[in-house]
Amino acid sequence: MTRTRVAIVAVTVVTALLAAGLAGARTSSHLSGNASIKGTITFDGIWTSSSGQKQFQDIINAFNKVYPNVHVNYKPVGNNLPTVLSTAVAGGHPPDMADIAQPGTIAQFVKEGKLKPITYAKSTIAKNFAPAWQQLGTYSGKLYALVFKAANKSVVWYNVPAFKAAGVTPPKTFAQLLKDAQTIKASGTPAYSIGGGEGWTLTDMFENIYLRTFGAAKYDALSQHKIKWTDSSVTTALNSMAKILGDTSNIAGGTSGALQDSFNQSVTNAFSSPPKAAMVFEADFVGGVITSSTKAKPGTGFNTFAWPSITPGPDASAVEIAGDLFVTFRDNPAIEAFVKYLASAQAAEIWAKQGGFGTGNHNVPASIYPDPITKATEAPILTAKSVVFDMSDNQPPAFGATAGQGEWGLFQDFLKNPADISGIQKQLETAAAAAYKK
Amino acid sequence: MTAGGITAEPPLAAAPPPPADQGGRLGRYIVGAFFLAPALFMLGVWMVYPAVYTIIRSFFGPTGFIGHWVAFDNYKTLFTTSNLTTAIKNNAIWVAVVPAMVTAVGLVFAVLTERVRWAVAFKTAVFLPMAISAFATGVTWRIMYQQDPNLGAINALGKTVSGIFSPAGPLQSALPSTPALVPKGGGMILKTPLRPGGVALLGVTGIPPDQVPKSSVQAVTPPSKDGEIVGTVWRDFKPGGGKPGVVEKGELGLGGVTVQLENAAGKVVQSTKSKSDGSFIFSKVSSGTYNAGIGAQTFAKPFAGYAWIGPNLIVPSLLIAYIWIWAGFAMVVIGAGLAAMPRDVLEAARTDGATEWQTFRRVTVPLLAPVLSVVFVTMIINVLKVFDIVYALAPESEYAKANVIALAMYFTAFQGAGDFGVGSAIAVFLFLLVIPVLALNIRRFKREV
Repeated sequence: MTRTRVAIVAVTVVTALLAAGLAGARTSSHLSGNASIKGTITFDGIWTSSSGQKQFQDIINAFNKVYPNVHVNYKPVGNNLPTVLSTAVAGGHPPDMADIAQPGTIAQFVKEGKLKPITYAKSTIAKNFAPAWQQLGTYSGKLYALVFKAANKSVVWYNVPAFKAAGVTPPKTFAQLLKDAQTIKASGTPAYSIGGGEGWTLTDMFENIYLRTFGAAKYDALSQHKIKWTDSSVTTALNSMAKILGDTSNIAGGTSGALQDSFNQSVTNAFSSPPKAAMVFEADFVGGVITSSTKAKPGTGFNTFAWPSITPGPDASAVEIAGDLFVTFRDNPAIEAFVKYLASAQAAEIWAKQGGFGTGNHNVPASIYPDPITKATEAPILTAKSVVFDMSDNQPPAFGATAGQGEWGLFQDFLKNPADISGIQKQLETAAAAAYKK
Repeated sequence: MTAGGITAEPPLAAAPPPPADQGGRLGRYIVGAFFLAPALFMLGVWMVYPAVYTIIRSFFGPTGFIGHWVAFDNYKTLFTTSNLTTAIKNNAIWVAVVPAMVTAVGLVFAVLTERVRWAVAFKTAVFLPMAISAFATGVTWRIMYQQDPNLGAINALGKTVSGIFSPAGPLQSALPSTPALVPKGGGMILKTPLRPGGVALLGVTGIPPDQVPKSSVQAVTPPSKDGEIVGTVWRDFKPGGGKPGVVEKGELGLGGVTVQLENAAGKVVQSTKSKSDGSFIFSKVSSGTYNAGIGAQTFAKPFAGYAWIGPNLIVPSLLIAYIWIWAGFAMVVIGAGLAAMPRDVLEAARTDGATEWQTFRRVTVPLLAPVLSVVFVTMIINVLKVFDIVYALAPESEYAKANVIALAMYFTAFQGAGDFGVGSAIAVFLFLLVIPVLALNIRRFKREV
């Protein structure tokens, strides 16, 4: 998930400027007992001084107003956190707490008995988060992780002038999306910009299609490999996906261009002037890339719509998220106090106010988001009935999160040849079976 | 590494005679050990220990030691997983191509620089890539290799050259607006046959607003007339899509488009250009059936660029970039060898009537052989462990195709998969590959000293 970091950095920086002022921590009632809790917590995180380190430090500072004797030692590890962490765990010296973006990695640590459950924070989390969110932090029946930061991945970004020139409005359904795409093509601008140079953009597209066709329950089953990749539901979803990937003249740069375009390139394609494409299917962090590398302005230049629904029903507005899960490798009163504090609305608001932050904490009002675009992308995750985690992050990393291999590599092969659905299904199943066996 | 420079140091002053007492020998060992200790310590901590640990680690599963003994399973995985075998195959290609090419190119440059003016400037230019980190080189070449001629320098050159010979047409990306208009020989043709007095509606879409000719005005259909076939070429699109195949208000005519009239046999009988409202007239059409269409030159696409870093060319593209980096190194080393070569032998060969080529082939190359083999062997070792340039240059979508052993090791052990077992096995395999080459090198060093 290193790529999301870069984007999140950008979102953070940009929106932080928009924020009215710095977050002043709301000091809650100062319990006299809090001072008796002492200790030092080492915390390995992804955010560095150029991304969210400052915002996270604000949260730590606010926490220290309540618990003055707990010293939180935040270490900004940066993008190679998974490598650093797995090496530290293998060497027997993990930090007290860490921020992990891949539930698959957490599942592995749980299986190896490296993590401590955070059952003590259950009631705090239940007070602030819907059951779907607790479920995301539950492994082998126990609560191990807090979903601290969430990014809405069920979002499509579109070029407003390109949509206007084609005379189309944001589609509500998938059928409408495909129809509008033809109109956009006729207007002279390819409809889709696909960052197929990075496999995760393709798995994200598949996941949204699968989620909106078959709902959260089946999505979770596929995530856990309880449904095989050769299943007919996968065929259906890939068929829908092929309607986009197979429309080669409607993709910026055609298939070979899409295969070389990085995620950032796919965003600049769609929002430069004149645009090379009209829309990008990616998460909330696209906004940061647009504002940092193009001249498009929110509202008049770019805007978002929710991933169009495919099968009507309760799951039509299910949201796929990616995000930061906090886990603990040790257990003591200081760590317990910090985890509980992080689960509170108060902690989330400190960052949400500054932008570049989404949360599933329903006690955080949507009005706290600093600008309309952030509100539009993040508000749905506060209200979504079903929330699922990015599937490829949920799977064993060998299958779901390795460049050029497993799911990422195979979906790039699918982009090369969207006609061979059964072939790609077989290869996906072989790769998944091998990864799950370990 | 310059083999030509044989060290001619004065013989060391004779060591002082050992003291007579027994403790002196021990003392010397202690002093020796004292001086060796730092080096041994560093070797031990940073070379021996990791190597031994890696070898042991390669016999255990992905997560740990106790209870994870897997014997040779990791090595089996190494030779049966397709992306790992691709890596091994690619490394074989690298070893087969790069050392030979680098040595050859370096030799040519070294010999040539002896004969050109501005030799220093030339040498500097060729050697400069060595001063750039391989990662930066990878990023630079990745940009140069971009398929879009507006981004990649190499394809931009191709576009400039091809633009001279086959200029792009006015409507490059246009598509037929209705199924009645079908592609034919690069152009488009209306399937419906026409007789004199007929009207041909040639609607096209997919034209970006900025590519519509500036002079364009509202499209009109000229009235049909006996003995003539009339028609219009227009951008059959207005916001929302409009009705395909119908000239509507707000849809612009396309002027300057070559329209053709073919007879029933498919032969072009008339050709004309449309006016700025898109209309055109074929006059004096004799009876019979005809098909109207748009000529191929209208849609001539500019050079779209080769996918240098696409699935087919990625490995050669990587090799070229790598040779570019190392040619300078080979040139400098071989150049030093050349400088140290006894001139009288060359003079003698020339005096005996050898041609330049014979001198080069029979005298220069054999005399340079030790230097050439130094370059060659160094390159084999470098190429076996090649990593950074592949990582930086290849797009993620081609990692599977471009994979090399060191990259596979990194991805398996540290990225995503996090399988230290197989990762260690790959590292050990790479180590085994390098050993014979190293042994060869060490033997030669010994001989030379």
